[in-house]
Amino acid sequence: MGCTAADVVAALRAAAEVVKEHRDELVRLDQAIGDGDHGENLRRGFTAVLSRLDTEEPAAPGKVLKLVATTLISTVGGAAGPLYGTAFLRASAAVGDLEELDRDAVARALQAALDGVVARGKAVVGDKTMVDALTPAVAAAASVDGSVAAVLSAAADAAAEGAESTVPMVARKGRASYLGERSAGHLDPGARSTSLLLRAFADAAAKA
Amino acid sequence: MKKIINDPETVVQDALRGMQAAHSDLLTVHHDPAVVVRADAPVQGKVAIISGGGSGHEPLHGGFVGRGMLDAACPGAVFTSPTPDQVLDAVARTDGGAGALLIVKNYTGDVLNFETAGEMAESEVRSVVIDDDVAVKDSLYTAGRRGVGGTVLLEKIVGAAAERGDDLAACEALASRVIGSVRSMGLALTACTVPHAGTPSFELADDEMEIGIGIHGEPGRQRVRAGTASEMVSALLEPVLEDLPFAAGDRVLLFTNSMGGTPLIELYLAHGIAEQLLADRGITVERRLVGSYITSLEMQGMSLTLLRLDDEMIELWDAPVHTPALRWGV
Repeated sequence: MGCTAADVVAALRAAAEVVKEHRDELVRLDQAIGDGDHGENLRRGFTAVLSRLDTEEPAAPGKVLKLVATTLISTVGGAAGPLYGTAFLRASAAVGDLEELDRDAVARALQAALDGVVARGKAVVGDKTMVDALTPAVAAAASVDGSVAAVLSAAADAAAEGAESTVPMVARKGRASYLGERSAGHLDPGARSTSLLLRAFADAAAKA
Repeated sequence: MKKIINDPETVVQDALRGMQAAHSDLLTVHHDPAVVVRADAPVQGKVAIISGGGSGHEPLHGGFVGRGMLDAACPGAVFTSPTPDQVLDAVARTDGGAGALLIVKNYTGDVLNFETAGEMAESEVRSVVIDDDVAVKDSLYTAGRRGVGGTVLLEKIVGAAAERGDDLAACEALASRVIGSVRSMGLALTACTVPHAGTPSFELADDEMEIGIGIHGEPGRQRVRAGTASEMVSALLEPVLEDLPFAAGDRVLLFTNSMGGTPLIELYLAHGIAEQLLADRGITVERRLVGSYITSLEMQGMSLTLLRLDDEMIELWDAPVHTPALRWGV
């Protein structure tokens, strides 16, 4: 069973809810090694996504993803705005005009999102960024058989593990890198938010 | 948290409304997207100088909009870079046919958002990235040095060049020369509280100071016992001097900046010590700027910036400027 535009919208509504619930946690994580704006920026961005989804009804999954991309780019700011914006924009391009996304399309979209984040942010695995969560998620998605829900669930599990792996890392990108060794011992807020978003998508897909 | 605000959510737009009311002769504030634009923009035939960044550093950048400095400033949320559509709007409102130069402070978010805007702009747009903070070392393994106090001097000098009619390539080359000649470092005696976070961004004991801080309440490189003013000034100035390096015979601009919460009496005290220290090294302070110009909300602390001057930079520094925060020669 594929994933329609309505399913993607439902997944994004779920993601927006999760971002809202975890806003304070993301602010606290970012205060420890950054500047404390990540949770609030994402909350603002996803609130804007919700209000656009209330008034617009994109007909295809790719169009929904594009709406998310442009909204995040114009409302989030910080590094997360262009990075998540680029991720959704590339994911949108990867699925083109498909009316329903099968597991291959979802895996392709995840891969494109990762490629976009890496191209824009120039981070690699081990730099203590969202790339540390997204890279294992993409690999897991590509290696799992089964439904869209199974693919997303594997991706979310891998992302959670990837996010945890950032705790001992010394940051080499973003504002945390100014701390040098003092950045070790903290969970990276960008990796955490990536893992939260993928978990929300997976849970929504399981319910669909 | 005790602040003069109504709602953390609307701090920036509420402040921008007050700024419009206070300075309507110099600038116009647009909302959705938020852009502060010089009142007589676009100036035909003049290169537009545009900057922007997170709010909370006032007067940077909106306070430098006006004749002889910035054509537009893009204020982001507190400590959050602005979005590409703000930058695009600023370019569209200020391009007088000679293109636009974007002055970007070296932070991942600022660079990514301005870069995205630059790719989308229809006008001819160039950008320069300022990274004058010597506190950040090891640039291969970090996001690179941050843009701090030198930004104010850069905006003044390049703004004057654009005002006298320099073209885009000349403005860009001058900006690179200033960036290559300016170095800064800052320290904090207290943290600051971002309105939407509600709690201080780090904890400092009464007898501690944080050396090498940035301007976003992020901790610095080193936490030490807070000593005397003389010790503080030399803790900042020595690394700055060594870095370029500045040498006897150099002519410099010395910029002593408050992070927002340090009163002018302490700032002048520190400035006097810095002047003496430079005189002892045979370095001539030709121009100076003392005050709160690039701040970190209510943080107590200061930064010291040194710019090695040449005759052209001095002429451009002295050129008329008429903005909310800097005003002379008019």
